[in-house]
Amino acid sequence: MNRVKEGIRNFGWPRIIIGLFLLALFIAGPFFGVATDMSLNDVIVRFGMNSVLVLSMVPMIQSGCGLNFGIPVGLVAGLFGAVMSLEFRLTGTAGILVAFAIAIIVGAILGLAYGLLLNKVKGDEMIIATYVGYSIVFFMNLLWVALPFKNPSSVQGFKGQGLRVTISVQDYWFHQISDILAIKITNNFVIPIGMILFFALMSFLVWAFFKTKTGTAITAVGSNPDYARAAGINVDKMRVISVVLSTVLAAIGMIVYQQSFGFIQMFSAPLAFIFPSVAAILLGGASVNKASILNVVIGTLLFQGILTMTPSVINSAISIDVSEIIRIIVSNGMIVYALTRKAR
Amino acid sequence: MSKENVLLSVENVGKQFEGNRVLKNINFSLEKGKILGLVGENGAGKSTLMKIIFGMNEIADTGGYEGEIYLDGEKINFKSPLDALNAGIGMVHQEFSLIPGFTAYENILLNMEKTKPSIISKIFGKKFETLDRQEMKKIAKDAIDTLGVQLDENALVSEMPVGHKQFIEIAREIDREKVKLLILDEPTAVLTESEAEILLKAMRKLADSGISIIFISHRLREIIEVCDTIVVLRDGVVVVEKPAEGLNVRQIAQWMVGRDVAGRKAVQVRDVDISESNKDVILDVEHLWVDMPGETVKDVSFSVKRGEIFGIGGLAGQGKLGISNGILGLFPAGGKVLLNGKELPLNSTFNALKGGIAFVSEDRRGVGLLLDESIDWNIAFNAMQVQNRFIKKKLGGLIKWRDDKAMKECADKYVNALQIKCTSTKQHARQLSGGNQQKVCLAKAFAMEPSLLLVSEPTRGIDVGAKALVLDSLRRHNNENDTTIIMVSSELEELRSICDRIAIVSEGKIAGILSPDADTAEFGLLMSGLSNLNEEGEEQ
Amino acid sequence: MKQKSQSVMRFLTGSAVPILFITISVIAIPLSNYSGLYLAREIVTRLCRDSFLVLSLLIPVMAGMGINFGMTLGAMAGQIGLIFITDWGINGAFGLFMAALIGTPIAILLGYFGGIVLNRAKGREMITSMMLSYFVSGIYQFFMLYLCGNIIPIKSPKLLLSRGYGIRNAITLNVAGGFDKLIRIPIGKVYVPFGTILLIAAACIFIMWFRRTKLGQDMRAVGQDMGVADASGIKVEKTRIESIIISTMLACYGQIIYLQNIGTLNTYNGADQASLFAAASLLVGGATVSKATIPNAIIGTALFHLMFVVMPMAGKNLTGSAMLGEYFRMFISYGVVTIALVLHAWKRHKDKEMGRALLREISSENTGK
Repeated sequence: MNRVKEGIRNFGWPRIIIGLFLLALFIAGPFFGVATDMSLNDVIVRFGMNSVLVLSMVPMIQSGCGLNFGIPVGLVAGLFGAVMSLEFRLTGTAGILVAFAIAIIVGAILGLAYGLLLNKVKGDEMIIATYVGYSIVFFMNLLWVALPFKNPSSVQGFKGQGLRVTISVQDYWFHQISDILAIKITNNFVIPIGMILFFALMSFLVWAFFKTKTGTAITAVGSNPDYARAAGINVDKMRVISVVLSTVLAAIGMIVYQQSFGFIQMFSAPLAFIFPSVAAILLGGASVNKASILNVVIGTLLFQGILTMTPSVINSAISIDVSEIIRIIVSNGMIVYALTRKAR
Repeated sequence: MSKENVLLSVENVGKQFEGNRVLKNINFSLEKGKILGLVGENGAGKSTLMKIIFGMNEIADTGGYEGEIYLDGEKINFKSPLDALNAGIGMVHQEFSLIPGFTAYENILLNMEKTKPSIISKIFGKKFETLDRQEMKKIAKDAIDTLGVQLDENALVSEMPVGHKQFIEIAREIDREKVKLLILDEPTAVLTESEAEILLKAMRKLADSGISIIFISHRLREIIEVCDTIVVLRDGVVVVEKPAEGLNVRQIAQWMVGRDVAGRKAVQVRDVDISESNKDVILDVEHLWVDMPGETVKDVSFSVKRGEIFGIGGLAGQGKLGISNGILGLFPAGGKVLLNGKELPLNSTFNALKGGIAFVSEDRRGVGLLLDESIDWNIAFNAMQVQNRFIKKKLGGLIKWRDDKAMKECADKYVNALQIKCTSTKQHARQLSGGNQQKVCLAKAFAMEPSLLLVSEPTRGIDVGAKALVLDSLRRHNNENDTTIIMVSSELEELRSICDRIAIVSEGKIAGILSPDADTAEFGLLMSGLSNLNEEGEEQ
Repeated sequence: MKQKSQSVMRFLTGSAVPILFITISVIAIPLSNYSGLYLAREIVTRLCRDSFLVLSLLIPVMAGMGINFGMTLGAMAGQIGLIFITDWGINGAFGLFMAALIGTPIAILLGYFGGIVLNRAKGREMITSMMLSYFVSGIYQFFMLYLCGNIIPIKSPKLLLSRGYGIRNAITLNVAGGFDKLIRIPIGKVYVPFGTILLIAAACIFIMWFRRTKLGQDMRAVGQDMGVADASGIKVEKTRIESIIISTMLACYGQIIYLQNIGTLNTYNGADQASLFAAASLLVGGATVSKATIPNAIIGTALFHLMFVVMPMAGKNLTGSAMLGEYFRMFISYGVVTIALVLHAWKRHKDKEMGRALLREISSENTGK
């Protein structure tokens, strides 16, 4: 009995409640005319689209920088990589690889500056990260309007100046990752093996990084910075490395998202990713200072599951659209819950 | 002693923490308007006794205490310090409890502000009464004047010298309406000599006005000068309760440190030449200063011979901990440190560790351990980061991969050698008992195979059995690997049982270096900051 | 000499944000081609509209809880009050007072809840209060969209969505200008709404009086050192909750004043930006996370809104694109909060170091004697 209790406590009530709720939705779905295979398809595709973004939370949490509310710093690098790739009119594999390359470089530079800034404000990282994220999005908006982009598919048609709000990648590198080895199960259910593999690869890299000497040092910094300092470790440097890593991962995640979605959403769109990404990893069982790849997988599945299933099932059941509100309450409630948990 | 004149009487008071006895059968009494000096080494039980009298929560939380305490003939049993305050007991702690951004008078009247009622406050309650600042200033000024010190009641506390802060704390306590008993815990430690004089005079004045005072100080001269009676605590027992009249510093020092050397286990297997002629010096420290809060080191010089166990003792707050932390670069430091004849750059922890120094911190849970990581991580981490051990190189050295298997083997070795009680090396450090956590800290240091080992307070807060084990393993390590050890400890007995030489630190400087066999009183005097015995004797 | 340069440095870092802002405005005003009269009118309007909301942030700062981004909770309470009196058809200033009356208990309840949550998140109050406001916003939307008109009786079809329940997104307020029109006197060519100004003055007097009360003193003590305050017998957690309750109540009234000036109520996302603009205004006025005064609030509101008015037009005239000005002012709004927060966090570290250096000097002097 005690072991059951212990197990439940370790797994956490929020996960159990949301998990059961999700299960109930899947069971109830068919009765309201929601096709299970379609639901599964949506959940898996959304998992593929968002999992790398959620994964990008891990390094910063592990190094003690807290939840990365400044994820837009990485996302705008992803946007930049994508529009530059379009600007060069590259298609197919070359297109997406160049997008990745530029995004990684820009992400690393922005991440370096972001990391140095966060070192100056230890203890207040999260609130400042939030505002840094918002600031950089609006700063980049200036650039999106002002920079001389030429490709007609990305530039606003009638003015010929400034980028569109949504740019289609249909003719460039749409589904470049999603369609690799895709397996069609039913008409409505295609498993995007490519995206899953890509997430697995990224996860492996993160996992491997945390097995190296540097990764071990970063974990120690997050666990107890004083201990790390007494072991002769440059705490500030380790924190910067983790921030760069998080930012680069977010930039990569953004492009994975775009190639699956088919559009690059410009301007203020990155802001919409902040709270869902943070909430997802918390839902997966991470705390403000400890996160694992398992947390990423569980959290993204649960969170995207709720996002997919509530509109379809609940709306067909009671014919009102509460999904948006459920999303707000679950994601923000989860973050408040994590912030108020006693730091161990 | 007439019974009706007694304010405080402590009868058969005892206290234990988780089976660890700290106080036993304490008896003493204090008359109205008298000053009682309380003396004892660290760990003698002074602060626990004061916590009991002041009703600190941690006493009740750990199972209360034995015996009875009477205040004004009434038995007391405080639930919290607030009850004690209401009963008329004021306490000035060693750490300042002042609000930095408040003025002196605001601090003196903190939560005892004078207020004026208004219509609004009659509806919404007393909290909405406005402050009567004129009245508050007047009261504060009176309290300051009582102490006989010159300070501006309108000045901000954050801009005051440390000594003044101490006076403000005392002013706050005496301002309470019915204060009968004042407990002063090392109030003179932060004062200059002239300020201390003023304080002693003020204490006398307060006592003459009928307030009783318990005065805790390590400056024995002050105790003799101002106190009516003296109570000496040692190992949780009152060894002496005597009128101060006619006592001298040497006697008190002797009582304080007590125990004769006879009981010492002399298991000296090796023989290290500690005389001046031995030029094989491993560590040479010259004019070291360290800015460690609460443990400031001002000017310290000493040298340590290869292979010896060098003890550093002294009372808390005098700077002994600053020495080890400073050498390791954990706090800003200056001066010169030579390791094996080569200058060791200060303020660089990595270089200190790389040079072959290992450190066991006094702050086990704060600095010494990764509480939420496994035991093998805790043990192997330093060796991995500093010495590149437990690492598998991949891709021709491009990737340095953690060797979990080697880490586990190493951890297993130390778990066996030091008898660390745990379910496996994967257990988190947080779940271990204090003694076992300390052994993990030692294992971390041993795993680096250091040539010089700095150990700070290795037995603080662990039970007797674990204590013996820790000391044994230090001695054994010194013996088998010829590791030089610098051990910093508040427990003199412990130092005397294991060290070749013992330096006593007082007020940020080394007061003297003694052989462990030296006379007990000598240690006591050095701890009180008095190095010249004869001169002291004459002054009496 | 060293002292002097230090105090100059302190002044510069202390007022870096206002100086930066004044510089931007000075450059942008001529570029915008707005007339002085137009700007004066705009500033007066916006000062009256926003000051009260900014003032609501002062008390939690005093209690050491930083900027209360959870003031949005109070704004929501105010909006609920306005929706009810609009439904009941109560007009004018009386209607606004009724709205405040309805909003008050809701604000107290939300403030109490917010205070409890923030007590569990000591040391990260600001981010928690921000997330809390987003969380409560979800509940508020649920209340407005599904409960109003269903369980909560709303009669007026003008308020309800066509499906029969749920509040519309944009509501025209009958009470528009209720306070503004009360005593409206032209000074020169600028109409000044003295009715609203009286209310703002009342809030200022309340805050000044409150600072002098026992509770105000307790809050200052708690704000500076919770441990010391607790040891002296002040109920720390209760005091912190009370500061959030007062802030939430003031924000409720502030939102009512704001909306009576605007005239339309944006039911679902009207409150979201309230805390951003209020926080930015306060910080532009030279306040920090640990010290904020009434002049900080008023001057900051004027400066921030001056920039807000001028920037889009200046941007348009300079670059020919209205969008650039718009984005630029959003960037500045967020950027200024970022810079102010960073400067403050950085200064706190510096002060700690300086304090320790001072301690070292004193101790070395003592040994010298």
